[in-house]
Amino acid sequence: MPVISIGNLVKTFGAIRALDGLDLHVEQGEVHGFLGPNGSGKSTTIRILLGLLRRDSGDAQVLGADPWRDAVRLHRRLAYVPGDVSLWPNLTGGEAIDLLGQLRGGLDRRRRDELLHRFDLDPTRRCRTYSKGNRQKVAIVAAFSSPVELYVLDEPTSGLDPLMEAVFQDEVRRVKQAGATVLLSSHVLAEVEALCDRVSIIREGRTVESGTLTELRHLTRTAVTVETARPVTGLDALPGVHDVHEVDGRTHLEVEPAHLDELLGQLIRFGVRALTSTPPTLEQLFLRHYGDDPAAAATGAPTAAAASGAPSGTAASGAPAAGSSDADAQVDAPQGGAR
Amino acid sequence: MSALTGTTRLARLVLRRDRIRLAIWILGTPLLGYALAGSVAGIYPDQEARLGYATTSASSLVARAFNGPIHGTDLGAVVVAETYVTLALIVALLSTFAVTRHTRQNEETGRAELLGANVVGRYAPLTAALLVIVAANTLAAVLLAVALVGAGLPLAGSVAAAAAIGGVGVAFTAIAAVTAQLSVTSRGANALAAATVGLSFVLRAAGDVLGDQSADGTRVRSAWPSWISPLGWGNQVRAFDGERWWVLALPVALLLAGVALAYALAERRDQGAGLIAPRRGPAIGAPRLLSPTGLAWRMQRGTLLGWAVGLAVLGFSMGIAGDEFNDMIDANPAAAEAINAMGGGADLINAYLAAMLGFFALTIGAYVVQALLRVRVDEADGVLEAALATAVSRTRWLGTQVLAATLGAVALLLLAGVTTGLGYGIVTGDPLGQAVELGGAALLRLPALLVVAGVVTAIFGLLPRWSVVLSWTALLVFLLLGQLGAVLELPQAALNVSPYTHVPAVPAVDPAALPLLVLAAVAAALLAVGVAAFRHRDVPS
Ligand SMILES: Nc1ncnc2c1ncn2[C@@H]1O[C@H](COP(=O)(O)OP(=O)(O)OP(=O)(O)O)[C@@H](O)[C@H]1O
Ligand SMILES: [Mg+2]
Repeated sequence: MPVISIGNLVKTFGAIRALDGLDLHVEQGEVHGFLGPNGSGKSTTIRILLGLLRRDSGDAQVLGADPWRDAVRLHRRLAYVPGDVSLWPNLTGGEAIDLLGQLRGGLDRRRRDELLHRFDLDPTRRCRTYSKGNRQKVAIVAAFSSPVELYVLDEPTSGLDPLMEAVFQDEVRRVKQAGATVLLSSHVLAEVEALCDRVSIIREGRTVESGTLTELRHLTRTAVTVETARPVTGLDALPGVHDVHEVDGRTHLEVEPAHLDELLGQLIRFGVRALTSTPPTLEQLFLRHYGDDPAAAATGAPTAAAASGAPSGTAASGAPAAGSSDADAQVDAPQGGAR
Repeated sequence: MSALTGTTRLARLVLRRDRIRLAIWILGTPLLGYALAGSVAGIYPDQEARLGYATTSASSLVARAFNGPIHGTDLGAVVVAETYVTLALIVALLSTFAVTRHTRQNEETGRAELLGANVVGRYAPLTAALLVIVAANTLAAVLLAVALVGAGLPLAGSVAAAAAIGGVGVAFTAIAAVTAQLSVTSRGANALAAATVGLSFVLRAAGDVLGDQSADGTRVRSAWPSWISPLGWGNQVRAFDGERWWVLALPVALLLAGVALAYALAERRDQGAGLIAPRRGPAIGAPRLLSPTGLAWRMQRGTLLGWAVGLAVLGFSMGIAGDEFNDMIDANPAAAEAINAMGGGADLINAYLAAMLGFFALTIGAYVVQALLRVRVDEADGVLEAALATAVSRTRWLGTQVLAATLGAVALLLLAGVTTGLGYGIVTGDPLGQAVELGGAALLRLPALLVVAGVVTAIFGLLPRWSVVLSWTALLVFLLLGQLGAVLELPQAALNVSPYTHVPAVPAVDPAALPLLVLAAVAAALLAVGVAAFRHRDVPS
């Protein structure tokens, strides 16, 4: 039985249609990435899953129950890190963690202390004096201190430094090991790649893609550069081959993974001297779904695409996203070479 | 880039954000002034009536404490005596809250940071706020002067009286500019400034009570404490009685000094920081904190303590003043009749005590509104979302807040009643008996406060975005109906809108169960509507 099951979910705010027939299925024990451009409806979906917002229509089930009607009962079994953490300004961080844990039905004190240590958080400071990153840590510690079945994390690492990001990833792996399910909304692609078993990508309140990262890669074209003894011809006629162009005697093109075979068969006839093939980076994968012009996003070089098609986010979400392109490059390079 | 770059643009932003509030303020003050002047003229039409009024007011310590010093028998002087303190308090609080809203609150929410990163000088946000608020005070004063002249009062006196009110606004604008630098939170800044308003009131009351009566018996010459109170300055202008224009230089001087001090403080501190360094606290949450009730208590206790101290001092001094009231009644039968009508009972001193308890109940209404609006503040901040994502139901959360506010109101009512009784009992020789009797009488006001709680809860459930504005407006309407309804000779139907109208004026009359039960039922209905609406709406919204 899926832990989260959403079908045809609709939510409007006055004239704004925030969710427009969204589907989302999260299985028991998986870490599910929840991605989409700014304003695509991630936080809205999450708030519906928490029974904070009331859906207009559609089905929503969390741990087998209705999130709106059974909110209180469900909340004992899940922990939430909001996208924009705000806390009681005159409580200390330690008090806020204990309060949230206790209101949820209790927390593991040993884990709490360990997490405070690992996240290097001073629990004696008043919440109003915390930086954004430290407020975020308070919410993360409060959530992971509770041994629950489902963790709902809305951009939990926006504002964390790379060291803390690593600690966070360890924690997600730990709760996964313990059998919990995680719904992780994030703009940090490296984090998604490192943690998520499956991802769902939404746009304008609708799910546009859902599956494992490998599955999603297969939907996206591979970039091929080839140097041949004789000028290549007949590529345009091949199925699944796009954007063929020649620069300095080298042919650049893109091919759908399913048609790689036919392409190689054709190329061989012209005497291949050098060939590189680059599978799509995560960045390209997402930009294809995020941008207004999917085709353009898919063909551009990663950096150019990131510059032109990246969702115009807040300064906070922009920084980690930019940092992640390096990480992706490292992860993807060996794979590219192996092909 | 100079320190003032961007001031004009920011001032336009302030105007834009507050266009409705400012319009109500600037037009409301003169309208209220016009209506009050007209109805005072109706009640004291001739020289004889005004002579009686002036003599009574000058000799009564209670009148001096609550209405300020009387300055002669001109109709304008009577209008000032009847209205100055109410209008001055309203203008002082409006100015205070407006300054905080456009300075500290912006820093607290991070809006200022967003603006500060643009081409905006260091002093621009404060200057923009002060420009707009001083301009609003000035404009309101000009219109008030026009309104008073329109109501048939002499020109010079009207201008002086209106300028006196405007001066109070300007003075507290300056004070709020400083408190906004001192406290990290807008709540703290408002509390500091409101405490200054309260202190000014007490100083002015003390100075006027300690003052001398003039030889002809129709004037009061205030003692020195009135001169260190910005609320007192307005009286010292002596509108309609040989105006002393130079007194109006005092608020202007305070404005200049306050602005200079605020700039200097702003220079010394970081954006978003206060001057008082934050303290550390416990690393773990004490068990009694870790529940909605524990949290509510933690959030309320500071506020409650402040209210308790203020009410205890006020109650005790008003109780002591009760004895003096007996003398005044003996001296003036006309005033006796008026007070009698107000309290509605036979015994005049009981009418006075009942009026005091009614006044305290109104004041405690402000506590109830303030306490309950915390839920809305939490919702707007995003804290409510985090709390409701835990295993606490919405009903329990809101119910806890209502219960906390109600218990706070019970404690404050009891305290105000008991201290009044102690004060009055000490001068009349029966402190314990009076404390018990007035404590009980004060508690009978609780149903009206429950209705206030119900109104706020219903608004919070149904119209969350309007909670703050509508809740305070409702309380202000109750206050105006109670304080000025009689002077304005409003119809009973209008007065009935306020729950306070329906509370039996114990100890002036015998307690009656029916109105209290009806009030309690209305409160219960409003609370039920509020909770049900809250359960069915989006959070946050
Ligand atoms: N209370 C509200 N009132 C009106 N519109 C809203 C409200 N909450 C969300 N929206 C709108 O709904 C849409 C979806 O917002 P949502 O916060 O779910 O996006 P998101 O995917 O979480 O974006 P981000 O990546 O920036 O966090 C946006 O267009 C937003 O403006
Ligand atoms: Mg979001």
